Amino acid sequence: MPKRTDIHKIMVIGSGPIIIGQAAEFDYSGTQACLALREEGYETVLVNSNPATIMTDTEIADKVYIEPLTTESVSRIIRQEYPDAILPTLGGQIGLNLAVSLSKTGILDELGIELLGTKLDSIDEAEDREKFKELMLKLGEPVPPSKTVSTVDDAVAFAEKIGYPVIVRPAFTMGGTGGGMCNNRAELERIAANGLDLSPETQCLIEKSIAGYKEIEFEVMRDASDNAMIVCCMENFDPVGIHTGDSIVFSPSQTLSDREYQMLRDCALKLIRALKIEGGCNVQLALDPNSYHYDVIEVNPRVSRSSALASKATGYPIARMAAKIAVGLNLDEIKNPVTGTTYAEFEPALDYVVCKIPRWPFDKFTHANRRLGSQMKATGEVMAIGRSAEEALQKAVRSLEIDDKDLFSPKAHAASDEDLEAKLVHPQDDRLFYLAEAFRRGYSLDNVHELTKITPYFLDIVQHLVKMEGQLENAPQNLALLKTAKRYGFSDYTIARLWKTTADSVRHLRKEHGIVPVYKTVDTCAAEFDSQTPYMYSSYDAENESTQLSDKSVLVIGSGPIRIGQGVEFDYATVHSVRAIQRMGYKAIVINSNPETVSTDFTISDKLYFEPLTLEDVLNVVDQEHPLGVIVQFGGQTAINLAAGLKEHGVKILGTTVHDLNLAEDREEFDEIIKRLDLRQPVGLTASDHQGVIDAAHKIGFPVLVRPSYVLGGKAMEIVYNDAELEDYLKQNTNVDAGGHPILIDSYLDGTECEVDAICDGKRVLLPGIMEHIEHAGVHSGDSMAVYPSQTFDDQIKQQIVDATKKLAIALRCVGIMNIQFIVSKGQVYVLEVNPRASRTVPFLSKITGIEMAQVATRVILGESLEEQGYPDGLAPEPKQVYVKAPVFSFNKLSDVDSYLGPEMKSTGEVMGSDRTFPKALIKAFAGARMQVPDNGTVLLTIEDNDKEKILPLAQRFANIGYRLMATAGTAAFLKQHQLHVTTVTKVHEDEGQADNILQTIKDGKVDLVINTMGHDIAQTSDGFIIRQIAISHNVPLLTALDTVRALLTALENRSFSTLPVDTGRHS
Amino acid sequence: MKRYLILEDGTVFAGEAFGADKECDGEVVFSTGMTGYQEAITDQSYANQILVFTNPLIGNYGVTLEDYESMQPHIRGVICREVAHHPCNWRMQDTLPNFLQQNGIPGLKGIDTRQLVRKLRQHGTLRGRLADSSDQAEQIAASLRKKNLTKDIISQVSTKTPFPNPGTKRNIVLIDFGFKNSILQELARRDCNVIVMPYDTTAEQILNLKPDGVLLSNGPGDPKDMAAAFPMVREVEKHLPLFGICMGHQVFALANGADTYKMKFGHRGFNHPVRDIATGRIDFTSQNHGYAVDPKSIDPDKLMVTRVEINDGTVEGLQHRHYPAFSVQFHPDAAPGPHDAVSIFDDFMTIVDQRRKEESNA
Repeated sequence: MPKRTDIHKIMVIGSGPIIIGQAAEFDYSGTQACLALREEGYETVLVNSNPATIMTDTEIADKVYIEPLTTESVSRIIRQEYPDAILPTLGGQIGLNLAVSLSKTGILDELGIELLGTKLDSIDEAEDREKFKELMLKLGEPVPPSKTVSTVDDAVAFAEKIGYPVIVRPAFTMGGTGGGMCNNRAELERIAANGLDLSPETQCLIEKSIAGYKEIEFEVMRDASDNAMIVCCMENFDPVGIHTGDSIVFSPSQTLSDREYQMLRDCALKLIRALKIEGGCNVQLALDPNSYHYDVIEVNPRVSRSSALASKATGYPIARMAAKIAVGLNLDEIKNPVTGTTYAEFEPALDYVVCKIPRWPFDKFTHANRRLGSQMKATGEVMAIGRSAEEALQKAVRSLEIDDKDLFSPKAHAASDEDLEAKLVHPQDDRLFYLAEAFRRGYSLDNVHELTKITPYFLDIVQHLVKMEGQLENAPQNLALLKTAKRYGFSDYTIARLWKTTADSVRHLRKEHGIVPVYKTVDTCAAEFDSQTPYMYSSYDAENESTQLSDKSVLVIGSGPIRIGQGVEFDYATVHSVRAIQRMGYKAIVINSNPETVSTDFTISDKLYFEPLTLEDVLNVVDQEHPLGVIVQFGGQTAINLAAGLKEHGVKILGTTVHDLNLAEDREEFDEIIKRLDLRQPVGLTASDHQGVIDAAHKIGFPVLVRPSYVLGGKAMEIVYNDAELEDYLKQNTNVDAGGHPILIDSYLDGTECEVDAICDGKRVLLPGIMEHIEHAGVHSGDSMAVYPSQTFDDQIKQQIVDATKKLAIALRCVGIMNIQFIVSKGQVYVLEVNPRASRTVPFLSKITGIEMAQVATRVILGESLEEQGYPDGLAPEPKQVYVKAPVFSFNKLSDVDSYLGPEMKSTGEVMGSDRTFPKALIKAFAGARMQVPDNGTVLLTIEDNDKEKILPLAQRFANIGYRLMATAGTAAFLKQHQLHVTTVTKVHEDEGQADNILQTIKDGKVDLVINTMGHDIAQTSDGFIIRQIAISHNVPLLTALDTVRALLTALENRSFSTLPVDTGRHS
Repeated sequence: MKRYLILEDGTVFAGEAFGADKECDGEVVFSTGMTGYQEAITDQSYANQILVFTNPLIGNYGVTLEDYESMQPHIRGVICREVAHHPCNWRMQDTLPNFLQQNGIPGLKGIDTRQLVRKLRQHGTLRGRLADSSDQAEQIAASLRKKNLTKDIISQVSTKTPFPNPGTKRNIVLIDFGFKNSILQELARRDCNVIVMPYDTTAEQILNLKPDGVLLSNGPGDPKDMAAAFPMVREVEKHLPLFGICMGHQVFALANGADTYKMKFGHRGFNHPVRDIATGRIDFTSQNHGYAVDPKSIDPDKLMVTRVEINDGTVEGLQHRHYPAFSVQFHPDAAPGPHDAVSIFDDFMTIVDQRRKEESNA
């Protein structure tokens, strides 16, 4: 069917903030969809609450709304735009759910708006567990038998019917808490009883266990004419039991015979046809490793994380094709954009192996439960391409940017055999390293297979690499072995470690003997057709398909996997830098390792190298392309960390020099500069013993901010106002006295934090805007709400900030972009820290101010001054509109992570709310962040003693807008003294299970908002921690900073009417 | 052990030997299928060819008796980037290297197979030798250039005497140009009593058996070498339902006046989308052919094109204008490859049954 001409304007719904399970892949799919629709001549309207995305660029859609993704808010936009149709299947689960709820409100029928792509009843059929089971039964496709039960007896009865082992999955518990595998009746009785107890709904799903099956995924496409095809088949390294988002995945399938593959392919096609999906979908199947039996696990009736991975793994742009299918085109009418000569109706053939490894946040959340199961915990992922499974795996490992750079982990090496086996049996994020360690200790493959159920084929890959490790270790400088090792993906670093030499000397030896990588093309067709795709990966093979792109090229280093602290914002900046490079007439080359992102869409740059972001891999690309230089300012800390090494190898770093990049990070040099520029910064000292800390505090003067130099998470940072509190702090952090880690003591400035991003060309300094933080010091800037323009700074303060920024930018010889954090206290501006690179706030401010900061900075880096670009010196004019950024967290995906906000960043994403007034912008920001608090309801106050005075005015304000107050005895008594009506609840361990127990009130849904400032309670058994966990697991909004509470109140007050009695003038 | 691939243009690829320890000559062709190496290697259509797998890794799941497409593979050699170190699968009975060794098939691994495939794509199919030494590369290349590798190839692979594959319902004669077991399996699944007959069987021999239908199988080499079969086809199609697969399709076309040509590098793989012109339906098909029917040569009074490959327009299906005779260029029997087009066997059965009904009514 040709494309539809009866529709003209299409609304695309994005996926909102980045959370675990819904990351940058939807920026990629949404961006592709918008571009595809525009390419077909449709007018596009995009809605997304996430400003950090490329899709919300005005270049991507005709109209962009950065508004909350709520039914109410999107309805408002619909009534203004009157789109003919909505495309909801590219915005993840959020987009899909929103489409369903919009349809339920009737607005779509009322305005005659059509939902494009897969129809709602198909979506429902795929997503509703019972309906899906019914459909499978009808199709004769097997699903693991399962039943929802509410009693242990029912659980046992069902299990006896279907046979053990069974899995118990308690309904609505966080991270699958309380569930588990049961091999017999006794185990089931115990686990089911516990699971039912933990489930807020007293419900458990009892499911026949298929743990140990191979997990196979298909990315499938179908058009309205019923053409259907497989884009990609992926095989999980980890057997069924671990969420596919947390599994190591290979593509193409590695262990399936043709019979097995075709059997599963038939099933996948049957499902997409039965569900009448128009676009892309993901089918997950489980295959018994010992028979032809398989089970259908699930179908995602939309593009997903897996489809982004499949697109990058094959070169086949699924989302782009899905959008075209949605407007009526058929697969045999769309050209395959990779070859340009063949049609999109084509099942890609791979002539390489792809390996994906998830990137988990446990480097930040050290206390989190690292066990992997049915709840996804990874924040991002890396992908690597090689010509063997070994090569792909090793490249993926070094792409992760974690402490372990290869399969050797010192921690695993130090583990006892008992611990090691436990790690193999109970999978955690680091199991791969323990597997390698097991082989290093001589465990047999059969033995490891017994413990892990991982296919021997995959285990052998690890074993093979460990064996090679041993060979290398025994034969330093052996060239033949070096060559083989490189073919199997060993890095120079690893070879150097085994040879007890340096990576540089390995590199030197390699190059001397011509052992250098070649680059191959990802072309969807295994070289069967000619294709000019500029999408390359390295391998140690014979023919190099890559030729130098241009003698005027610039290499941009991407930001690698999405992790806490380095999110999609940096991909945004990378993509913009690419645009600016191209617009200035240079060729832009991108190197990156993250399959979820827009920057690794090969149509974005002139050439894409899908490679690990290590010095070796980047240098190899530099050797290939001889770019004019490398830009490191936009790829977050990943790129900055590579700068020094690149420079040492003679690579030109464009923009701020490596020497000057280091100035900002070297504590002493930086202090020197601050002094020289006559700027202020909070005084800071270090002490390593009890008396030293006290002396330092006196020298600086109270209040001081104390924290261990080694932060272990939680509230290790504390503000102390006097000697008594300091003694208390030291008592609690006794490791100081034990001569453990030193303690940092900084002068605490009670004030407002703010940050600026500045673009400097060496002469002029442009400040697009000052972002004021809503929370006080102590909360990481990434976790703070922020507002632009500032709501409290007067012109004099702003001028101080501008002056300080200018001085710093010039003194640090910044060429390009930098970020400075300030604190404003008592009318004085203090410098907190400087980052010589683009920051998280770049996309936010770029969108608001219209100054495409990454592009302006890139132009500066390439030699076009701000003056030439037409930008003035100093602060850009501020808009009338107010913009609020709110962080978004993924605590409900991670058990045992303390949700108390502190100096360590914990958020995974952000949203923007904007309106004419600050309160209205706040309302939208809270709505976008899904901080859904009713106009009136009940707030539970669990306040640390120190905060009681501060909570009083806030409690008063809650009462004024009609909120009921709830608190434990102490706080309640205090508030009652101040004539507030408070309901008293009992403490965590008092009257457990009774209706007025604090936890029970949350569990029973009696509380709409929990305020918890018990930051000292970092132990997992402490009351404060337990209350926070319960709030999170029951999806009750939780705030831990009083500043955020204040902001929320401002929003709520502006949403409600005030109710005051008539002023009789009678009170004296 | 070192092993070399020497191409007729003098190019040498140096790699490592596996499989049988011997040298071989063959036409070097590539397949893009990502699974099914055993089925491909045992497919007789690869007779006298050296097969390059674009998938970088083969041998992953070993080999098993069930997956043989013929019991005596005539493939000359196998080339891949990597052979799996530790194959495993519940059905595995042997490893690929052992299997190759037992069947006298040499293998070459460790070369840049993508480079080789790109070369074949650009230059077209080349003759090559898997050799133990590259010392005489020039002379070997020169001798390869003179070699005819497809001559009398079908007589080598085809059965010498007829044999049955018993069934109970329909009687089908399968003309063996080098058939794949999967064709027999599809017929067996449909309760056919199959008589497999040699490639040079005459029309008279076939008609004397009074079967319900005739299937012309796939096979290696140049269809024009099968000129002796053309009169057989012309006669049989007048009397019996006839179905041609791959080589059978080309023979059917040639017998009915069309011409065939040698393709630059052929279609080998399972991702070739083929459109059924009548319904618009597209199937992904398993293909293995180096020759194709020239669409311009088709006499519209005799044949009509029923299917085309959507990308390059290759003729993938033909139907006789007057007789219940048709053919497909691809393998509806898959193995290896997708099952999308397997229903074509049912179409054949429908025609066969219809004729049986007419016969019994007559």
